[in-house]
Amino acid sequence: MSSPEVLPDSEAKRWKYLNNVRTRPGAFVDPEEFDGSTVVENMNKIKILVIGAGGLGCEILKNLALSGFKDISVIDMDTIDISNLNRQFLFRHADVGKFKAEVAAKFVERRVKGVKITPYNCKIQDFDEDFYQQFQIVVCGLDSIEARRWINATLVNMASCENPDSMKPLIDGGTEGFKGQARVILPTMGSCIECQLDMHAPRAAVPLCTLASIPRQPEHCIEWAHVIAWDKEKPFPQLDKDDPEHITWLYQKALERAKEFNISGVTYSLTQGVVKNIIPAIAATNSVIAAACCNEALKIASSCAPFLGTPGEGEPNYMMYSGNDSIYTYTFKHEQKEDCPVCGMTARVLKVNPKWTLEELIESFATLPEAQLKKPSVRAEGKTLYMQLPPNLEEQTRPNLEKTLEQLGLTEGTELAVTDPAFVGVVFNFSLKFA
Amino acid sequence: MTEIVMDQTPPILQGPSDKERKYDRQLRLWAASGQAALESANILLVNSGAGTVGVETLKNLILPGIGRFVIHDNALVDEADLGVNFFLDDSCYGKPRAQCLASLLGELNPEVDGDWSPKTKQNDSLGSLLKQSPLFTAIMYTYPINHVELETLEQYSKEHKTPLIAIHSTGFYSYFTIRLPGTFPIVDTHPDETATTDLRLLSPWPELVEFANTMTKDIDSLDNFEHGHLPYVAILLHYLDKWKATHNGTYPSTYKEKTEFRQLVRDAARTDNPEGGEENFDEAAAAVLKTVAPFSLPSGLKEVFEYEHKDPIQERSTFWIIADAVKAFYTKHGSLPLPGNVPDMKAQSKVYVQLQNIYKAKARKDAAEVLQTARAIAGTGREVDPAEVDLFCKNAAFVKLINVEGGGDTAPLGSKERLQQVLRQEMANDQVAEMTLQPMSLFPIYLALRGLAHCGNASSDKTQIVEAVTSLLSDNLSSEEYGDLNEKLGNVAEDLARAEYGELHNISALTGGMVAQEMIKIITKQYIPIDNTCVFDGIRSRTQVFHV
Ligand SMILES: [Zn+2]
Repeated sequence: MSSPEVLPDSEAKRWKYLNNVRTRPGAFVDPEEFDGSTVVENMNKIKILVIGAGGLGCEILKNLALSGFKDISVIDMDTIDISNLNRQFLFRHADVGKFKAEVAAKFVERRVKGVKITPYNCKIQDFDEDFYQQFQIVVCGLDSIEARRWINATLVNMASCENPDSMKPLIDGGTEGFKGQARVILPTMGSCIECQLDMHAPRAAVPLCTLASIPRQPEHCIEWAHVIAWDKEKPFPQLDKDDPEHITWLYQKALERAKEFNISGVTYSLTQGVVKNIIPAIAATNSVIAAACCNEALKIASSCAPFLGTPGEGEPNYMMYSGNDSIYTYTFKHEQKEDCPVCGMTARVLKVNPKWTLEELIESFATLPEAQLKKPSVRAEGKTLYMQLPPNLEEQTRPNLEKTLEQLGLTEGTELAVTDPAFVGVVFNFSLKFA
Repeated sequence: MTEIVMDQTPPILQGPSDKERKYDRQLRLWAASGQAALESANILLVNSGAGTVGVETLKNLILPGIGRFVIHDNALVDEADLGVNFFLDDSCYGKPRAQCLASLLGELNPEVDGDWSPKTKQNDSLGSLLKQSPLFTAIMYTYPINHVELETLEQYSKEHKTPLIAIHSTGFYSYFTIRLPGTFPIVDTHPDETATTDLRLLSPWPELVEFANTMTKDIDSLDNFEHGHLPYVAILLHYLDKWKATHNGTYPSTYKEKTEFRQLVRDAARTDNPEGGEENFDEAAAAVLKTVAPFSLPSGLKEVFEYEHKDPIQERSTFWIIADAVKAFYTKHGSLPLPGNVPDMKAQSKVYVQLQNIYKAKARKDAAEVLQTARAIAGTGREVDPAEVDLFCKNAAFVKLINVEGGGDTAPLGSKERLQQVLRQEMANDQVAEMTLQPMSLFPIYLALRGLAHCGNASSDKTQIVEAVTSLLSDNLSSEEYGDLNEKLGNVAEDLARAEYGELHNISALTGGMVAQEMIKIITKQYIPIDNTCVFDGIRSRTQVFHV
């Protein structure tokens, strides 16, 4: 679709409100950084990347298009589901099944004249550093912590002090119910997502023995159906959490088990919630958090006001928002961690029991709040202890799993180098401490 | 864990309906009851000026499925609208803005009815809209609204007890104020799950005592499996008895005593088993500080109990009748009706379910007593819904009043005196904050926005805005108080002036999100709304709530 020729005069009228603010100094601008006469021209050239075209992503695309960004790209591998329609306002019932990135991009391009949006219907991991190098700012609206960690590690790795262009601000938003957070990461210059990982500790898993023999809650019955009954009976070749038939099977299994133990409260909706780990989401909260992120993007791109993440003593980089009980925001500085496996300089201390087997150590990486690695491979000072891949190496190193840390010759202060296929190119360094 | 009392009905073989699937992510927050309230809501937006913040709010209400909305807006779409408002496009240019907005917003959810006004040129079009429309659940208006229309709305709000929400977004700043018709009670406040544990360990009733005694009577001779699966409620009750026996019949009360008691519990765990410890005893020790505490009346409920009514009992909502019944219960028993939920704890399935049933039975008994009292208070000819009583009893400790009328000796809300009071308080707080490097008050932002609205002029400069604030506050303030304010106000006014009364899309989208959250809370009567003004500072990315 070709857009009609826009006259410069009409452009000025159209962007009057935005230009009044971004091209004129306010009371809080840094006069060294701000030059109102070049703002529009500079922002017209900026390439900005949006990761995620879901609840936050739809809002972010709209907000950036109405904040004077002209060249936007968006990555999302997902297709539209009916449960998206209560908040992902760029999608209609007829769009169910289509790619989110594509539908969202087209919609915003059509609505806001003069903006170009390039959709990528794929995973962020499908691209390499060369791809990410072309953008000046990255805005993230994801529900997966894993994807956030991946893009964070990638952007931190790309940053080099010699080349200011390699420093790409990462603006990240997240929501849950009436709550959310917006944060700005300036790679290597401040706290990164990995530094803040303990703020998003994984929910404690229910012990297997509870599921297997002493269930007490409806959730225990559902998890039993999910991890034990499904594996045993394999009613379908592969569990598809989006297939209502599969969920119904789990629901019925859970219900039978609940009956056996006199437990009430197993419902279809709860089954779906537990199995898919559903996080409640509404348009209003997405609106708050996405706009908080894009407000920072505008300030970073134009210098028309101080932004979150500004390097300096006490300068905040994180806004926490809660709307459950009145409205409460806490805007603060999350400090960079020296032992951050991604942006820090020193190895992180890891408390372990020398009597643990290597297998126990490896399992502990998954639940440890500051590690959260699901498929770790471990080296210790040049020696390979366990490799998940390739299969022949896995087989060779498998016997080590049964040995204790002592038997493997690991001592206090031994440095472990841990890698995980979810974070290609990142080495997590830990220093052992016996407890 | 949300505990649902229900019969084991046969499973419904077909999955959820299309509508349940569409609204799944929000039903998990406000359930079917909240959704039904939303679907019967009829919302009016009176739009003006740059016209985006109210539209962003409506978007967030139409998506979750309010029943109906109406947009009243006298403007025709101009070029500047297209650079700030997402729900207008090039084809709207020159047309009535209300009509175009209603059409593009309406696309978001086919289940929502939308209308717009004024459809013809006439005097007092807002007045005739209000006359002709079905009653509005709530009305929002955005600045710069004209005086005549504002008076019309205030009149309507007073007459029909309609919540009125004022929203103002300019440049990097915004605020909104909620004016509710009278005191607004909330029962379903959704407290944090961890806060709701109420085990009554210091005042166990006979059935609970018997349960604990049976479980622990031969505690030392239990085998490792049984010992390791005692529910922590039974463990704590057992050792509290032991403690009492050696402490003149008193429970641990000071922090020091509680930590000693915790140690007693820890030491009672077996460590000679293969695990080298016992999870249930760990849970018991971890629960000591929180659950071994005497009852005290929560402040929210205290306010409910002490509330001085102005209206006769026949005119009060059933909330107040049930509140009176709960108060009678409290006076009689010295405690609240038991909520009845038991947190998950290590135990054998059968034992845990048995314990759950003991708590549930007591909760049912308490609720039945409250229901009986409530019915007596209500008298004949008035229904009291048992479900409403159950909900009140379950949430009694977290019930909350918003917008309390005649609260203490403070100046009336909305008055000049109230503004001065809050200002003095905020300036005093700032002096402390400055020394402790805490963030400064956002009250100057609120004042500057009020000042700007008072000028009502896009070309107002810094000086004019500050002067307008001065006249708003009148001259009762000392020059010292002004001196403190002036610099802060000046900076805000300067930043505000560059916007020329225009909106930034991000600030309006963010504010629209907050207002929509609040509207949802008010419509569903769930969660706790602000009381009553929220200010956003887009330069520092912070909010602050004021009672003005
Ligand atoms: Zn880091």
